[in-house]
Amino acid sequence: MGMQAFLDVFDIYLLEAVINGILLGGVLALLALGLNLIFGVIDVTWICYAELVMIGMYGMYFMVQYYGISYFVAAPLTILLVAVLGAALHYLVIAPLLTAPPINQLLATGGVLFVLQSFATVTFGIDFRNLGIRLPVLAFGDMNFSYARLLSFVAALVGMVAVYLFMTRTFTGTAIRAISQDRQIMALMGVDAKRIYLITSALGGALAGLAACLLVLQYDVHPFVGLSFGPITFLICVLGGLGNFIGGFIASFVFAEIISLGGLFSDLEWGYVLAFAFFIVMMFIRPAGLLARRR
Amino acid sequence: MLELRGVNAGYGTFQALFDLNLDVKGGEAVGVIGPNGAGKTTLMRVISGLIRPSRGSIKMEGVDLVATPAHKIVSLGIAHVPENRRLFSQLTVDDNLKMGAFMKEARDHYAERLEVVFDLFPRLKERRHQMAGTMSGGEQQMCAIGRAMMSNPKLLLLDEPSAGLAPVVVQQVFELVKRIRASGLTVLIVEQNVQQVLKVVDRAYLIEAGTIRSSGTSAEMLASDTVKEAYLGV
Ligand SMILES: Nc1ncnc2c1ncn2[C@@H]1O[C@H](COP(=O)(O)OP(=O)(O)OP(=O)(O)O)[C@@H](O)[C@H]1O
Ligand SMILES: [Mg+2]
Repeated sequence: MGMQAFLDVFDIYLLEAVINGILLGGVLALLALGLNLIFGVIDVTWICYAELVMIGMYGMYFMVQYYGISYFVAAPLTILLVAVLGAALHYLVIAPLLTAPPINQLLATGGVLFVLQSFATVTFGIDFRNLGIRLPVLAFGDMNFSYARLLSFVAALVGMVAVYLFMTRTFTGTAIRAISQDRQIMALMGVDAKRIYLITSALGGALAGLAACLLVLQYDVHPFVGLSFGPITFLICVLGGLGNFIGGFIASFVFAEIISLGGLFSDLEWGYVLAFAFFIVMMFIRPAGLLARRR
Repeated sequence: MLELRGVNAGYGTFQALFDLNLDVKGGEAVGVIGPNGAGKTTLMRVISGLIRPSRGSIKMEGVDLVATPAHKIVSLGIAHVPENRRLFSQLTVDDNLKMGAFMKEARDHYAERLEVVFDLFPRLKERRHQMAGTMSGGEQQMCAIGRAMMSNPKLLLLDEPSAGLAPVVVQQVFELVKRIRASGLTVLIVEQNVQQVLKVVDRAYLIEAGTIRSSGTSAEMLASDTVKEAYLGV
């Protein structure tokens, strides 16, 4: 094999990796949006965010595998389920601690993380489970793309556009943006701040639910699956500036490309290592995030 | 229209209002004057429900405001333009006005209300897509009043609308208060510009240290020695 032929193949792999990075970025951006929404509006960090996704993945697994419900019927049900979980998390755990020091809120949602992991371990066992749906691989010239990834990317984009429209076009969405700027005067607008927080939490949950529906297409579910994308989601949000939606969106694609291209040169695990290293370096250069938080 | 009887209110253990009585009749414009820290802002807050009285009764057209949740008070026809405007500075003028029309009754007439407000403040229409925080002080005050007007209130509470504005703009604000009055709204206005505010209101209360020191028609207040000495610099 001559040098030229080697380069040709390499370019194809490179392009494939870049495109796969973009596809991964879409799902990461969806995860980051949910977390950023909660942080930006309610000013708390849901440490257990990825565990909500894990519960959603189990929801999908049982509905599709156990009860034989079609994927496209199970998906909205799962989104609804995790939305209710998000609202419950706010009502039961966050609301009583709203005026407490941030460390108490972190400890409380951290506690929920362990509760959800233990609940899943006890109830579902530690087996790796999957939907058993094997989606075809799309060949595009010499490149191969998984149909699951393409579907996930498109669905994640649709989800994010829907959130954008909701936040900008509706009265409730406008109130969600307003409340993050001045909570105290919301009553003067006739807004019940508690209700807006509940709606925001349900929306954050719904985003976790949508992410669950997409991730379960590509990954096995087990009680600790949250650990494989929870930390990366936090890094993305911090790098983008906690609460900064646009920063989080950009950071998602930066991280996804690093992971995907890093995986090209060695294993995917090394992609993650590179991403973490990149994060640490960036934290020295731009401690407040890629874009400083809008306030 | 509005009736306060024996109202005590404060912050935590600190009491700012003592046994306050105050009346506003429909169609009136009433002024509230007094030194810094007298409790004028606290009075406005206790009416609109931002803080709750520890004693006493507050009624709007016979409805007990003390028993009404804060976010429902605006639907009884009370709109409060808070001290320092408190706009959502990172939202556009349009979005700020939208928030003013959040409650159901106003939301259903959103387009009409928007027209009324843009009629009152053509300037806001030109600036509707601008971030509220980037506008001039006068424009921001218009936006704050416009936001309150979106709810189609019967009673407008204005807390120092002229604060921090250039003299020419202060003049415009008082002109505006006159126009709002003429349109049939009832107005309760807190002001440091005593001379000017007494020209646009029918009656006024003088608050000092959380109690009503004196009250009367504008003419009476202008003639009163207490007011003259302390606030008019005569
Ligand atoms: N959020 C608060 N917490 C504690 N005390 C407060 C608070 N707001 C006001 N106070 C106190 O209540 C008293 C009355 O304050 P208020 O703001 O009602 O005065 P004001 O008449 O509006 O003064 P100004 O003319 O300076 O606006 C003051 O002593 C003030 O320090
Ligand atoms: Mg004041």
